[in-house]
Amino acid sequence: MKGKKKVAGLVIYFILLLIPIYWMLNMSLRSNADILASFALYPKNMTFMNYMKIFTDSSWYMGYVNSIIYVAMNTVISLFVALPAAYAFSRYQFVGDKQMFFWLLTNRMAPAAVFALPFFQLYSTVGLLDTHIAVALAHCLFNVPLAVWILEGFMSGIPREIDETAFIDGYSFPRFFITIFIPLIRAGVGVTAFFCFMFSWVELLLARTLTVTAAKPISAIMTRTISATGLDYGLLAAAGVLTIVPGAMVIWFVRNHMAKGFALGRV
Amino acid sequence: MARIELSEIAHSYVPRPGEESEYALKKINNVWEDGAACALLGPSGCGKTTLLNIVSGLLTPSRGRVLFDGRDVTTLRAEKRNIAQVFQFPVLYDTMSVYDNLAFPLRNRGINETRVRDRVLEIAEVLELTSFIGKRAAGLAADAKQKISLGRGLVRSDVAAILFDEPLTVIDPQLKWHLRRKLKEIHEKLKLTFIYVTHDQMEALTFADQVAVMYEGEIVQVGSPQDLFENPEHRFVGYFIGSPGMNFLECTIDGKVAHVDGADIRLDEKTAAKGLEAGGKLELGIRPMYLEVHGKPGENRVEAGVRMVEDLGSYKIVTLRLAGRTLKASLSDDQPVPEKRAWLHFPPKWTRLFADGWRIK
Amino acid sequence: MEKWSNNKAWLLVLPVFVIVAFSAIIPLMTVINYSVQDILAPGQKVFVGTEWYREMLGDYRLHEALWRQFLFSGLVLLIEMPLGILIALAMPKKGWGVSVCLVTIALPLLIPWNTIGTIWFIFTRPDIGLLGAGMNNWLGIAFDHTANPLDAWITVMMMEVWHWTPLVALLAYAGLRAIPEAYYQAARIDGASAWSTFLFIQLPKMRGVLTIAFLLRFMDSFLIYAEPFVLTGGGPGNSTTFLSIYLVKIALLQFDLGPGGAFSLIYFVIVLLFSFIFYQALQRVGKGEKV
Repeated sequence: MKGKKKVAGLVIYFILLLIPIYWMLNMSLRSNADILASFALYPKNMTFMNYMKIFTDSSWYMGYVNSIIYVAMNTVISLFVALPAAYAFSRYQFVGDKQMFFWLLTNRMAPAAVFALPFFQLYSTVGLLDTHIAVALAHCLFNVPLAVWILEGFMSGIPREIDETAFIDGYSFPRFFITIFIPLIRAGVGVTAFFCFMFSWVELLLARTLTVTAAKPISAIMTRTISATGLDYGLLAAAGVLTIVPGAMVIWFVRNHMAKGFALGRV
Repeated sequence: MARIELSEIAHSYVPRPGEESEYALKKINNVWEDGAACALLGPSGCGKTTLLNIVSGLLTPSRGRVLFDGRDVTTLRAEKRNIAQVFQFPVLYDTMSVYDNLAFPLRNRGINETRVRDRVLEIAEVLELTSFIGKRAAGLAADAKQKISLGRGLVRSDVAAILFDEPLTVIDPQLKWHLRRKLKEIHEKLKLTFIYVTHDQMEALTFADQVAVMYEGEIVQVGSPQDLFENPEHRFVGYFIGSPGMNFLECTIDGKVAHVDGADIRLDEKTAAKGLEAGGKLELGIRPMYLEVHGKPGENRVEAGVRMVEDLGSYKIVTLRLAGRTLKASLSDDQPVPEKRAWLHFPPKWTRLFADGWRIK
Repeated sequence: MEKWSNNKAWLLVLPVFVIVAFSAIIPLMTVINYSVQDILAPGQKVFVGTEWYREMLGDYRLHEALWRQFLFSGLVLLIEMPLGILIALAMPKKGWGVSVCLVTIALPLLIPWNTIGTIWFIFTRPDIGLLGAGMNNWLGIAFDHTANPLDAWITVMMMEVWHWTPLVALLAYAGLRAIPEAYYQAARIDGASAWSTFLFIQLPKMRGVLTIAFLLRFMDSFLIYAEPFVLTGGGPGNSTTFLSIYLVKIALLQFDLGPGGAFSLIYFVIVLLFSFIFYQALQRVGKGEKV
């Protein structure tokens, strides 16, 4: 009986979770005139017009491409630098280790709004403005500390005897790290990559500040429809739906990793 | 206190088991007498923990019944069974003090605070926990933690039996011995039924008066440590108990003699006669310590090659080759070990015969 | 675990240090630089010392935004933490349901923040939104987040809870999954009720992940910008103008870099201070064994 109550509660929660998303989907399948003319729970005159517009206009669809490029770059960079650092924090004691760790975490606490303008100046000075790498690097500010934090947790769960044995067996550090250690924390790497992807994908302010046209993310392009007079709800909704798709695909692919990583208990 | 009886217990983790291999427990019939110190011995994955969880009520068996003093408790839930369990690693309520940990099972049963206090202090005294009774349980050493887990069982005056699931796994080797002695002491003092699950034969044989050996979901033998050593009912018991385990040689019987690929070994008459009656795959078994190793040929001796000698201080293990098979013998320190060739004698008194794994009686 | 003492480990940390310092220290310096100067025109600056700090600290709109921000973050934590734990407790422990639950719950977290604003903007509009139209037309309750400050607050809160409770739920779920089965078995044998099991086993064992969840939720809700900006634009009036929105108004829209810089640093210090206090406090509460 208690189990049934739990399931019922969960189902209600999921319905509440999905309704707003459904509503946007509903809007995206109707023309703007239709939306404003009548209220409907489902699209009676279904149209893919809004989607067609996005897929045929390069200033729209390039937004998705840009977003995916810098998110992928950021995830790779974050993991690449965070893996050795997390190993250092989990295995070694060194001068300033605690201070360093805390300093890293404080960077998550800096309001993106604080950094928006200085970032703009910094990246224009070094000539990286309006490039994918600029956004990827900027997102490292909050993703690298998080990646170090999560990975450190997973690595601390691996007994140090494994390292010792490998070194005694004559493994060099890089070889040990790549062929033995990283495979051991595969699930942790998966979970970390997921979080990096997520936070980079959803961030708007920095991405918008650092780009003009060539690397402009979809989330920034979307805002055009808001500022325009006579808002096109249908188009806005369609663009919104399309921003959910890559995220949904990523969770679908990592779902088993997530379940496993979560079972290990350290996030 | 209670006498615990298992009747036709079978359990499967699969919802609708078909084949026998899907059963974690096949068919268990067993009785643990009231106040006995019993051990359940077997390798990992043999079903020991499953059986223990059925006794404590954490699992309901697929088939069969569990009886406490003749009362059927098969479907009774764990908290109603008057059973306590100590797990492989210490299970404590981290945020509570030692005192509150010990009081927890009593408070949950609505016992008044003065009685709780008396009982907790009494048990803390028995377990030598009094000196840190006010401390947070989380900060203590592993052996103290295991004592607290045990204490949570002991405080309940109505407790019928205490089940131990490999309780010494996380304890330092030096303290293991101390804690095991403490357990024995408590058992003698309180006369509770103790059921002790382990894969370590030393632990089982030193702790218990009665040991049940489990193998692939079955109890293959129940007996005293001496019984298990001298008269293994099943090939597995012979192999698993003793170090090194029993020697086994496949053989055929002809009259009073067992043939092992050309070598003839004399058996006593009764054993040989029964061996002739029994069908199936016949094997001859002998403990390394009963196998005699001589330097010269003689009556009823068979020739073997000496392969290796390991000196273990108070005794030596000799590896021998007989008719293409490997045998081990254990010799006392002062006994000479022949070089290269040796003549073996199988004393009929200690030579056992097994048919399809089971001893012929 | 005893760690090896070796300062060469710095070599492993160096890449992280370089990459984060590049994005953190130089911009921070720039902000400090702004905050003590009056920039009259490009290339024309006057050193003004602490003037901007004094001006910002005395700005009543900043005070209002700050109290609004505290109220908002307080409510967020008060609602999301218990709700997230409750959801985690209800989630299945094994089987196909686990993947389905994880994927569904994680969905809001993977939606870009301004899309979140967009979703709720469309969902709650009184003319075309299901919620807005539903309240007004079917239930007869006047609801308009573009005109009524209370309605705007309710809408922003709903959006925030909808968006971020999943993070708390996921972390709490991870914490629950890490509790060995033996703890539950011991609790059953000890006759503990479901409530006692929660209080004495589940909650203490989840302490680590809940600390992380609490801090992340505090920081991120205190820094919230994109979602309310899209949904309400800080209005009606200034009723949903949170700190970030006000900061962006000053720094980017009015281009007052001096006050903006001073504001940014004050803001940063507040978040840092509170995160530190919370962290210390949570470390002390129920300090026990790590899972």
